[in-house]
This record gives sequence, C-alpha cells and structure tokens, in this order.
Amino acid sequence: MSCWQTIQDYGLRAVGIGERLLPKEDFTLCQQFTLIGSGMIWNIYFGVLALLAGFFFATALALGKGSRNIWLRKSSEWFIFLFRGSPLFVQFFFGYFLFLSLKQVFPIFTPFTAAWLGALVVLFLNTSAYTGEIFYGALRSIPKGDVESADAYGFSGWPRFKKIVWPTMLRLAWPAYTNEAIFLFHATALVFFSGFPAWQQRGDALYYANYFADKTFNPFVPYPILAGYFIVLTVVVISVFGLANRRLNRHLPQEARKKLKLKVNVIR
Amino acid sequence: MKKLVLATAALALSAGLAWSAAHEKTIRMGTEGAYPPWNFINDAGEVDGFERELGDELCKRAELTCEWVTNEWDSIIPNLVSGNYDVIIAGMSITDERDEVIDFTQNYTQPDPTLYVALSMDADVEGGVIAAQTGTIQAAHIAESNATLVEFATPEETIAAVRNGEADAVFADGSFLLPIADEDDTLMVLDQKVLLGGGVGMGVRESDGELRATFDAAIQSMKDDGSLNELITKWEIGETF
Amino acid sequence: MFSYCADPSTLSGLTWLSCYLTTGKHMAFYLSFGTVLLLLAITAPTALFFGYLGATAARSVVAPIRWIGKTYIAIVRGVPDIAFFLFFVIALDQAIEWSRHKILCPEWAESVRQGNDFVVCDAAKMPLGNAPQWIHETYGFFLAVFTFAIVFGAFAANVLFGAMRAVPRAQMETAEAYGMSRRQAFRRIMVPQMWVYALPGLGNLWMVLIKATPLLFLLGVEDIVYWAREMGGSKTTKFTDYPHGDWRMWYFLALLVFYLAFTRVSEIFLERTMTRLTKGQATTGGEAQRKAAA
Repeated sequence: MSCWQTIQDYGLRAVGIGERLLPKEDFTLCQQFTLIGSGMIWNIYFGVLALLAGFFFATALALGKGSRNIWLRKSSEWFIFLFRGSPLFVQFFFGYFLFLSLKQVFPIFTPFTAAWLGALVVLFLNTSAYTGEIFYGALRSIPKGDVESADAYGFSGWPRFKKIVWPTMLRLAWPAYTNEAIFLFHATALVFFSGFPAWQQRGDALYYANYFADKTFNPFVPYPILAGYFIVLTVVVISVFGLANRRLNRHLPQEARKKLKLKVNVIR
Repeated sequence: MKKLVLATAALALSAGLAWSAAHEKTIRMGTEGAYPPWNFINDAGEVDGFERELGDELCKRAELTCEWVTNEWDSIIPNLVSGNYDVIIAGMSITDERDEVIDFTQNYTQPDPTLYVALSMDADVEGGVIAAQTGTIQAAHIAESNATLVEFATPEETIAAVRNGEADAVFADGSFLLPIADEDDTLMVLDQKVLLGGGVGMGVRESDGELRATFDAAIQSMKDDGSLNELITKWEIGETF
Repeated sequence: MFSYCADPSTLSGLTWLSCYLTTGKHMAFYLSFGTVLLLLAITAPTALFFGYLGATAARSVVAPIRWIGKTYIAIVRGVPDIAFFLFFVIALDQAIEWSRHKILCPEWAESVRQGNDFVVCDAAKMPLGNAPQWIHETYGFFLAVFTFAIVFGAFAANVLFGAMRAVPRAQMETAEAYGMSRRQAFRRIMVPQMWVYALPGLGNLWMVLIKATPLLFLLGVEDIVYWAREMGGSKTTKFTDYPHGDWRMWYFLALLVFYLAFTRVSEIFLERTMTRLTKGQATTGGEAQRKAAA
C-alpha cells in the first residue's frame, strides 16, 4: 500500500472519516506519521477553542479579582486558586465524574461525558484560571500615568477600559500568556490518556502514539514522532503570538519594543 | 549463550567477587499488580494472587532466587526487552504479535474465555456500546466487530462505565469479571463466550533461551504432579489441564 | 496495626476505618507523599542547575555552545512532558548501561542489540542483577529526578535567560568601567541581580513542577496517584479483608486537598522571598520598599 493511499485512509481517522480499522500489520513509518498527525486534529481543536473561550473568561476573572465588590473578588480568587492549585489530572477525573452525575439528573448534560465537549470545558476552565492570574498581574502593573492621562482626556467607564486599560494589560501580559498557550497545547495530550474514554478508537496524537508503541513494543519511534509534531505546533504558536505581540506594541519606539521582549514570562 | 557463559567465566577469573555475583543472580519477575485474581496488591502492600503463588513455586523448583517488581501494563514489554526485569508474569495471553518481540514459556493456564458483563441479560453485544481496557486483545476484538468500542485506561473504569450506563456491556477476561459480578447483584454475566489468545504464559527475552527452558521444565513438572491444577482451582482461574 | 484488627469483617464504623486506614498498603500510600516531596526537593535545585547551564550556554560567545543551549531550550520546551516521559527514561537507562558496558566489558563480542533485545554484560547492569529491590527503586527514583530536571531545566533556562537580559545594561557598563572582565562582571554583577527578575518566573515553574508530579507513575515510581487509583478501585471480598465499592472519588479528593495546601504554602513562601530579594534593588518594588521605610 502506497503512502498516499495510507494518508487517504487514515488522514482523518481521528474524526472518524476513512478506514474503520486501525492498521494491524507492517506499522510503517508512513502509517505512524499519518495516524499520529491525524490525532493532532484533536490537540489543535482542544487547544484553539479552550484558548479562545478562555481569553474572555480570563479577562472577566482578572477584573473580578481586582474588583472592590467582595463577592466578585472572593469568588474569582477561589476559582483561580482551585484551578491553579490542582493538577489537571485530578481536574479531569472530577470533571468526568461530575458530568456523569449531572447526566443522570439532567439529560441535557449527555454530550458533556464525551471528550469533545467535556474535556474542552475542563481545559477551558483550567486555562481561564491561569490566564486570569496573568491578566490580573498585568492589570496591577499598568503605569499609573496611563490611567491618569485617560481620566484627563475625559475617558471613563467602558471606553476607558476598552481603549486604555485593556490594551495595556494585554501588552504587559503577552509574553507570559504565550507561555500559557504552549502549556495548554501540551496539556491537551492528557485528555484521552487519563481523563476521558476514547470512542471507536478516535483519539488524539498521544492515543495513536500509544497504540503504535503498544503494537510494535518499540517506544522509540512513535513518541519521537509525536514530539516532532508538538515542536512544530509550539513553533507555530510562538510565531502567531509573536505577530500579535508586534501589533500590540506597534505604537512604541523601536528600542522600547525590543525591551518588552526581554521580559520573558514573568508569570505563568 | 555460550559466549555469554564464557564471558562471565572470564570475568569471574579476573575478579573473584564477580563469580558469586553471577551465580547468585536474582531473577526479577515483572507483573502489573492490578489484575485480580491473577496478580494484585494485597492489604499488606505486597504482590499477591495466582501468579504470585505460581511464580514462587516455579522459582523454588528451578532453584532460583526471585524478586517481584510491578510495572505499568503499557510499558511492560519495552521494559523487559530493555532488561529492567527478566520475566513477565502478568496474565499475559500468548499472541502472535507479542511472540514476535519476546518469547513465551508454555502456557500455564487454558485460554481464559472472555465474557460480557452487563446490567441486563438482553444487552446488545452485536451492535451496542462495549467497554474495554485500552490496548488489550479484547479492545482489538471489539474494534473489528460491529459494536461501538469505548476504551478506558483502567479495568476499573470499564466496570464503572457499565454501572453508570455509558456502555451497554464490558468485555474482559472471565476470571477478572466473575468475582466482581458475583458481589454486585445489578451486574450479570451474559451467555456469550469468546476464546481469545492461546492461554497465558511467562514472557522472557528472546536472547534468554536458557531461562525460558528452565521455567518451561518447572511448569511441566507442576503440570505433571497436578499442583498447577490445584492452584488454578484455588484461585478460580478457569479450566484445569 | 491495632490488635482488634485481626478480623476486620466483624468490625464496623470508626474501628473498621481505623484498621482500614492503617493497612500496609495505606502505609505505602502515606510514604509515597514523602516520595513526591523528596522528588520535588531534589529536582528543584537540579533543574535550576540545568537551567543555569542552559541559559549560560545560550548566552555564550562561542557559537557551537550557544547553539547547543538554544536547541536544548527550544526542543525540550516544545515537547509535552508526558510524551517525553514515555520514552526518555528507557532511553536514558539504556544509554547508561551501554556506556558502562563499553568500559567494563571490552572483550564482549556480540552486539548489544540482539533482535529486539537490549543485552549488556552482567557487570554493566544498572543496578547489578543481584542488587536488592530497594537499590532498584532508588535507581529508578533518580532516573525520574534526572528526567524531571531535564524537562524543567529547559523552562528554567528560558526564565534565567530572560532574567539575565533584564538586568539593567547600565549595571554591566559600570562594571566594565571599573575594569572587570566579561566573566567577572557576569559573576559579580549579573548573577546576584538576576534573581529578582527570575523569581516570579521560577516561582511559577515551581508551581507547574508540583502539578507535574502525578506523571511520576509513568516513570515507574509508585507515587500518590498510583496508590490512589489502586486503592480507590472497588475491592471484592475475595482479595481483601476490607471490601468496598468505587472509592476513587475520596482518594482523589485527598490528593486535591494535598495539592491545594502545598500550593498555598508555596505561594506564601514565594511572596516572602520576593519581598526579601527586592530589598535594595533598582526596581519599582525596591523603590516602594524604600519609600515605605522612609
């Protein structure tokens, strides 16, 4: 079987398109690259969606933690502490368990016991907590002068937040936020490994790498392939975030722009 | 093998201590410790079960010093070929796939029938949702059938999946399922039986022919005097020889 | 443990629980908390050391050393720790045994790779074949420490690299003006000052390291998650004196409490250290301290 044929058969296997049965013999490099790559679809899906949704919730959490309202502040603080203070491993376990119990009472929770939604929710909450803490730290270090000037120009309330506070917060938080994004993509590998069941052998990249390691009894081929895919993914994440960073800092003089880059990952 | 012996002998001559070291080499027995009644960790935190008793008896007959180690199921074969232990004794069925990578002794149990356990006797095992542990021969079997396979990382979760309705039935070794179904009135054992694999044997490295022969002889002697059958009956492992 | 535990099936309530929680298996569980703490205590300084080496290499003026440093940081940071753990420990173990084999058994004629097998002479075995079990476990533990240190060393290197560049340029220029060599300026001026810039990042890394310890069971170390999964699973009367249903939730709850408490303690400690380190530094924090004191 040619490699092109393999790609056609297994390129989208992780989402259930193509050959129903996984390869049972040969286990060529081509098969391993194709299937593990196909599993990356899930890693990217989880990472991108959790990151996008988490971005907005994290902003709310950061504002909540900095709020003067004690209820808002305390609940945000506890949320962040709970999710930053426990391993993702444990969060997946409790997430799955909670969705199962909810499902018995409210049938609407049925899809939550499947990884595509349930694990996404857990990852979303997890990254929101980490990002919220980063944004909160950035919020506290916005130069006083910036806000005072905004006041002097007659900005207040929502326009002040949207035009002055929020962009500055993002600018300060960006290097640490990039790191968080990398960690989140890595964390997606845990979904099928310890959290949620895999249906009909549709899993993420680690699931298929594990499958090949199990069939060939040789961990030295599939796992490095998996590592290679993740290195590429990390490089892409870093460059996309770098582009956004350039845009966020485009108003700064050339020298200051470079300086900002130096403050690598102040907090995760 | 001859060269290995020669090399050890040469080494023994050069260093007096090494001789006794090579002679008293302990055989390390790798098991999973999470698969009762085959092997599990007892209340005292030690490896226990059918294979513990069997392994200790085999070592006694072969006059070997043995030591038990536990290892995750996923990496149990890579760690054997890498030399972290010398024998796998973990309820491992003899299959062609595995036989290509390691060698097996003769089987010490009959092929264990694989059973379905479900909440009702009329569960649909042909086209329903069947739970199995990831990477087992059972999972591979379901993947090829018309049923929908759902894989869990541990055997514990596969049972839980049936209890909470995620799966219609769980598909696993009879000796593992029966004690659980015995104590839980809601779980029932279906009539369908499937024979997978060629019985359970001990796994050794392909380069370790001598050790394999030693254990083969010990297993044969236990088969001959009926002591193996006694153990099988005691732990309810399935049919005797 | 207690004398009344001889026949647990007659017990109930608290007495049953007191016997259940003191079985040999539970003792191993409690001990594994110590294993995790010990691992953290050894890994953190080792990872910091690797990070320091990596960051120094990445800043080196010699191009090949710089490349090595940068490749180390880029590659290890790019790979999920879980994927790394799944093959690295076996590779590391084989590498150690292979080099011992080359040194100790030069007369060995056969290949080390025989088909699928990896075979070295008996003297090269790590640990030796006749070593007692605790030596094997200690060896496995240190392999795990080393693997963790390599992974987290790359992240630490990244943090330290940033921190070194964050030390104000003027400080280094002043050092040069005083006639210090590049090396002297690095040791006397940069290294003492970089910590204050590195601490928030390193503190975070410590938090991430704490939360990575559940992966220890992948490395063959029997850690708290291994035992929690093992003991939480339902047990039938045939294989234990203490049968129970699926109690994984309670065991995981105990893990959750442990991790939350440990995180909280670390946070408090890090805050204190930060206050101490900021003292007398040319940062906004240091400035604020000066003002408060005045």
